[in-house]
Amino acid sequence: MSVVTKIVRAQTRDAMRSRWLIGYTAFFFLLTEGVIRFSGDGPKAVLTLASATLIVVPLVTLVLSTIHVYNAREFTELLLAQPIRRSSLFKGLYLGLALPLVSGLVAGIGLPVLLHGGGDPANRGAMITLVATGAALTFIFTAISFSIALFAEDRLRGLGIALGIWLLVGLLYDGLVLVAVALFSDYPIERPLLALTFANPVDLARVLLLLKLDIAALMGYTGAVFQRVFSGPLGPTFAAGMLGLWIAVPLAVGARQFRRKDF
Amino acid sequence: MIEISKLTKRFGDHEVLRGVDLTVARGRVMGIVGPNGAGKTTVIKTLLGLCQPTSGDIRLDGRSILGTESSYRAHIGYMPQIARFPENLTASELFEMVRDLRGTKGVLDASLLRGFALESQLDKPLRVLSGGTRQKVNACLALLFQPSLLVLDEPTAGLDPLSSAILKDRILSLRAEGVTVMVASHIMSELEELCDDVAFLLDGVTRFAGPIDQLTSITRQANLERAIAALMIREVA
Repeated sequence: MSVVTKIVRAQTRDAMRSRWLIGYTAFFFLLTEGVIRFSGDGPKAVLTLASATLIVVPLVTLVLSTIHVYNAREFTELLLAQPIRRSSLFKGLYLGLALPLVSGLVAGIGLPVLLHGGGDPANRGAMITLVATGAALTFIFTAISFSIALFAEDRLRGLGIALGIWLLVGLLYDGLVLVAVALFSDYPIERPLLALTFANPVDLARVLLLLKLDIAALMGYTGAVFQRVFSGPLGPTFAAGMLGLWIAVPLAVGARQFRRKDF
Repeated sequence: MIEISKLTKRFGDHEVLRGVDLTVARGRVMGIVGPNGAGKTTVIKTLLGLCQPTSGDIRLDGRSILGTESSYRAHIGYMPQIARFPENLTASELFEMVRDLRGTKGVLDASLLRGFALESQLDKPLRVLSGGTRQKVNACLALLFQPSLLVLDEPTAGLDPLSSAILKDRILSLRAEGVTVMVASHIMSELEELCDDVAFLLDGVTRFAGPIDQLTSITRQANLERAIAALMIREVA
């Protein structure tokens, strides 16, 4: 068994017993259960769950992960003093945090769906995309949290940065894009707008869900543009690839910070 | 054998270490003393590879540890100043995790565990243990894997007098077995009891490194505490 697996196993064991993770899972369980009971398991249910996921997953992941990295500071130092490589330790700590959060999300949404007979078959693809997108967002924002906590020595400042990032990507971004659209409405701005969508993982996730669900209600302005350009099979693939990039880049940055940090 | 030479460390504009030299011979106990911010913890962290020095060298048994792989740490037992562990694990799960990571196959040294009578606490989550008990777990973890070099940062902070005595006895018996020990502390009586040598750091520079009795005779003082105080007064004046 590799060092990474050993760290992940111990970290997961710790996380599975934490109240936060249980609460997080319970939240999605109750939400999904409630939505299915009230509105069935059609596209409407997926839509409601998607709006909640796009807001809650980045927020909870950023806050929990950042706090966790700060709280684990002393233990991380103890592990660094063991005969293991820093790169392995980083991978272990990262996966040990991201995987329990992902399993909380998957279990929270998946269990009620399974309990209700697996959901509407026509809707299954959208449901799977929803869970996969939530998982991708978890991986992205866990990586960003590591980066924040390694950058800011002060935990309050780190938490502030984390919340600021969430406000920006989750709430303010679409509004800012709309302002830009209004300001530059006389120019051909579709392509810059597309680039703006790539610059925000939450927007990207929203677009991916939209393309899969084929509904306009969730769309921000960037989503509308994206759909026009990328309707067809290439669109979702491209958006998924970009999400992958959004995992890889912050993770590489975090790993580099971790390797060079003086603890 | 630890040889630290001309060690410097700069954090931004702040020079924490400005030239630390000290040598700890095999089987000896070296105490590191100095006021807060003198650089004691930074020296320890550099030795453990938690921190990369700006310049200078650290050699263990003649081989530089800088820029090398992590394997040298297999011989080091480290007891950090603050003991914080994953809250929901039990002490025995923690021991198992670290043992797993170190890939230790051999027998573990559980003598301190027995000395502290910690067996009854091993299966409780670490979160419910008192600060002192966690510090005992911390000490046991450092000694568990039969290290040949023991690095202790304020080891008795938070321990009751009895536990503190048990730990000190164990450190002395390990020294008799040939284990090298480096211990940073503010408690001079404790260092006097444990150490052969002492290094006095001030503002990131070694002001004295050598046997304790040499220090007391140079400063013409009766004990370590007064000798260090005399050194500090001399430095300030």
